[in-house]
Amino acid sequence: MLMDNIKTIVVNRSAYANNDLEADLLREYLFDHRTFLINVMSSPGAGKTTTLIKLINSLKDVFKIGVMEADIDSNVDALNVAKETGVKSIQLHTSGMCHLDAGMTKTGLDEIGANDLDLVFLENVGNLVCPAEFDTGATMDMVILSIPEGDDKPLKYPLIFQKCDLVLINKIDTKPYFDFDFEKCNDMIHYRNPNATIINISALTGENIDLVKQYLIKRIKEWGGK
Amino acid sequence: MHELGIVIEVVKQVEQLAKENDVEKVTELTIEVGEVSGVVKEYFEDAFKWFIKKTEYMKECALKYITIQGISYCEDCKQTYPTTKYGKECPNCHSPHTYLVSGKEVMIKDIKVQNKQKEN
Repeated sequence: MLMDNIKTIVVNRSAYANNDLEADLLREYLFDHRTFLINVMSSPGAGKTTTLIKLINSLKDVFKIGVMEADIDSNVDALNVAKETGVKSIQLHTSGMCHLDAGMTKTGLDEIGANDLDLVFLENVGNLVCPAEFDTGATMDMVILSIPEGDDKPLKYPLIFQKCDLVLINKIDTKPYFDFDFEKCNDMIHYRNPNATIINISALTGENIDLVKQYLIKRIKEWGGK
Repeated sequence: MHELGIVIEVVKQVEQLAKENDVEKVTELTIEVGEVSGVVKEYFEDAFKWFIKKTEYMKECALKYITIQGISYCEDCKQTYPTTKYGKECPNCHSPHTYLVSGKEVMIKDIKVQNKQKEN
């Protein structure tokens, strides 16, 4: 009677299946429009916004750039970046969520008018766990780790270091005050991800920002962008 | 917090299936979650209970949560071992050339649905 009415539907589908599909479609869309999208991840306070401001200022003569700032709330980052760089900048609110997914990223790209841009930075929510779980559809993943956080972060948060292309070790101007072991940190990153490129920088003093600039120009060219 | 994002994604997919199959409601969801997927069972269950209240088909849906063991494979000695116990290094030959075979997945396994009562 009632039991006859119940049936089982076998699904066997990954919870990430929809997002992964959307992310792949987004990457195709970005390639068709030659818009290179960099997903920037770090813990809160590692210097994402300051690094982006320095990088954008050094790259804005080469590429048409846009920035999407994702945060749980507020628009301080977007205002700050717009003021300091003059490039198009929008704020995405994740409404309490700790990460961005491919759908939210696409909405942001439509809003900023990504078709006309060569390079878009997506500043993800400050967090080393959740943003690693969801593919945003970005062309490249970049992680910023800062000296005060300690050299053991790649050991504690393996996934984010496993899936990134570029790691920037920021705030090297504070090196005398912390016992940060660069060799150990590099080893741990390469243990998780032998293909990761690591560049030590100081967003504050601008040290080695030029190396990141050269890396990105080369990378974007290889990809088929401007 | 990050469990909520996964719950929302799972619920969205199940609701869509319920709609496509034109059912009355979904009474049970079986989900398989890997040990090293980063999902905490208790948080997932809490987020699930809270979020299904907002759904059309899943308001009374029970959750069957199955944990899948993390297993790694060693490329050098061709053996497998439990990931959470030994991590990245193979316990048999101490090689670091290992990769995860299972344990990262969050898989919607099946759903039990109640069909609409047919009108005579």
